[in-house]
Amino acid sequence: MSNDTLTVEAATIADADIFSQRQALSAHLPEWFRSLQQAHWARYLELPEPRRLDERWRFANLRRLQDIGRFSPTPFERPEADDLVERAQVVENCAGRLLFVDDNLAAAREMDPELEKQGVIFTTLGDALNRHGDLVKKYFMAETPDLGSEKYEALHVALLRSGVFLYVPDNVEVKRPFVVYNFTQRNGGAIFPHTLFVTGRNARATLVDYQAAASPDTEHLVIANAHIHTGDGAESHHRIIQNWNERTLSFQLNTNNAQRDSQAKSIIVNIGSAQARQEVHGKIFGSGSNVEMYSVNVPTGEQEFDQRTLQTHIAPNSRSDLLFKNALLDQTRTIFSGLIIVEENAQQTDAYQTNNNLMLSEEAESNSLPGLEIKANDVKCSHGATTGRIDESNMFYFLARGIPPAGARELLVFGFLEEIIQKFETPAMAEHVRSLLAAKFHL
Amino acid sequence: MSTLEIRNLNVSIAGTPILRDFNLTVPKGEVHALMGPNGTGKSTLAKALAGHEDYTIESGEILFDGENIIGEEPDVISRAGLFMAFQYPSEIPGVTIANFIRAALTARMEEGQRFDAPAYYKELYAKMDSLKIDRQFTSRSVNEGFSGGEKKRCEILQMAMLKPKYAIMDETDSGLDIDALRIVAGGVNAMRGPDLGILVITHYQRLLDYIVPDRVHVMYEGRIVESGDAELAKKLELNGYDWVKENFAAATV
Ligand SMILES: Nc1ncnc2c1ncn2[C@@H]1O[C@H](COP(=O)(O)OP(=O)(O)OP(=O)(O)O)[C@@H](O)[C@H]1O
Ligand SMILES: [Mg+2]
Repeated sequence: MSNDTLTVEAATIADADIFSQRQALSAHLPEWFRSLQQAHWARYLELPEPRRLDERWRFANLRRLQDIGRFSPTPFERPEADDLVERAQVVENCAGRLLFVDDNLAAAREMDPELEKQGVIFTTLGDALNRHGDLVKKYFMAETPDLGSEKYEALHVALLRSGVFLYVPDNVEVKRPFVVYNFTQRNGGAIFPHTLFVTGRNARATLVDYQAAASPDTEHLVIANAHIHTGDGAESHHRIIQNWNERTLSFQLNTNNAQRDSQAKSIIVNIGSAQARQEVHGKIFGSGSNVEMYSVNVPTGEQEFDQRTLQTHIAPNSRSDLLFKNALLDQTRTIFSGLIIVEENAQQTDAYQTNNNLMLSEEAESNSLPGLEIKANDVKCSHGATTGRIDESNMFYFLARGIPPAGARELLVFGFLEEIIQKFETPAMAEHVRSLLAAKFHL
Repeated sequence: MSTLEIRNLNVSIAGTPILRDFNLTVPKGEVHALMGPNGTGKSTLAKALAGHEDYTIESGEILFDGENIIGEEPDVISRAGLFMAFQYPSEIPGVTIANFIRAALTARMEEGQRFDAPAYYKELYAKMDSLKIDRQFTSRSVNEGFSGGEKKRCEILQMAMLKPKYAIMDETDSGLDIDALRIVAGGVNAMRGPDLGILVITHYQRLLDYIVPDRVHVMYEGRIVESGDAELAKKLELNGYDWVKENFAAATV
């Protein structure tokens, strides 16, 4: 990305005018929300840019972060996006659908009316702020990942104006997934998608965040947040399909908060972006809970996927399992930095963290920084990182069955990734992910 | 020329000669058994025939229905119709048996030909049933966590599905219990016929009770030192390899 390829006039994102214009347009939102935005705007201006010596940015390419000023927040407008509405059909028969193009709602909200009757809320964040302000206030930015991107998180909160609120009340179980599509379209645009996903006691739901671009050639800045709050005895499944175009600098800053006896499961699939920085903090607040954090990453070309994670066990007798798998091609780079923290009271914790890298190119580079910090004495924890190539004897087994080398390699790579793909319990979703990943091998 | 003919084959691994002027002809329609002490080069022969790049062919010919296949890539050799049942089959995480065999079959299809999935599953299930492999195995990863005997049965399943012209079965009997041995042998016997030549590598007469060979060859230090009919295997079973070693060790030193 260089300055001269950007065709929109240079506006600076840190422009006070931009912020006050946006504030003027959000006059209808609750006061507490607007003052939170103002506080975050001040925080954004105040916080320094990431520095090379900051351990939390170790190995990261900081160059692209330095010129985010040239992106401008996308304007409020009704998007022209009939073709994108067509593309937003990845999951048939979903429980609900929201579609945004450049942070603007691009199609009428869809939701199963039965769920409405049961008290399920699935709407834009703006709508939720007006109609369920107190509920949103309880959860909005209540938890943060704290993994290095505080400056970008502040910008996200200051400039965000669209997003999704999914609330599934106590004892309501929704099997079919809710799907949120976010597309980038306007060249040089910056967007700030926000997902707030709350399940009440013994509730259950699945939310898919599907992220893509209208075209491959535009440039974008995306600072997305997703915060999952899984109530006592509840079960949440959150999936992100990150497929921004390859000229996008993207951030995904998430927390995954688990209360007592809950199951909180997340999967992130990384396909797109020039550079994707992701921070995921799993916080185990309640005992008897199970937090699973999975990710599958297939960078090609010169993509950089930079993932930082935390699994914090605050309550005892819980389990967390992290498995991030990378298959690296071409001149790509991945960074995995993960830490498990077990607090003093979190006895009988089972915590696992694994990062596996399959190197498919001599020029690719994977960096792995696994870590443990254990303050309790009765715990089971393991962490590990592996880096390897395709096993030659496995390759020969395929060849000896007549499968040509390219097909054999692809099957072996898919075999490596399958451990995570099979965790999508909607078969159509798993199949779609496979097809997106396969397309990366056939460029 | 419906034969797999190996002429004066010399194969080395990392500079060490393993096969020395090896000669053998397996015609279609016949089953030949290859026996011999550990480390003689039986698996080396199988891998070299299959085109494994670690096995350097120094000289000689491998004539597949009259055509020399030396220098061909392993996948090309396989598609030409050579099948090797591995002594130690690989475990492939994340690739199901159904997808693996399917990929092997689609690799054999003509351009533009469509894969008939229902017919494929019908045939696959029928063959699994006859080999007494639970149908649920289709969705398991290839050989991952399989018992020794399950792996060997899976090799024979692949052979049955790929319908080779020549098959080399490298110690397919090892790891099989008596019942499994009978089932696998039954599967192989069902494939016997004028269009298939089989080379069975084994240490035990037991397998040859079920798959009765047309010829038996004894291999020692990289070459065949004795050939005969099925009786030869019984003689080995009775006497072991000492007589082979006594008679032939000197010759190779
Ligand atoms: N990849 C390899 N690298 C080095 N040496 C090898 C390799 N493979 C085989 N050898 C050597 O080649 C010789 C022949 O081995 P091979 O596996 O062909 O024997 P075999 O007759 O199949 O024995 P067994 O009855 O034990 O299966 C042995 O001395 C073995 O150690
Ligand atoms: Mg052997």
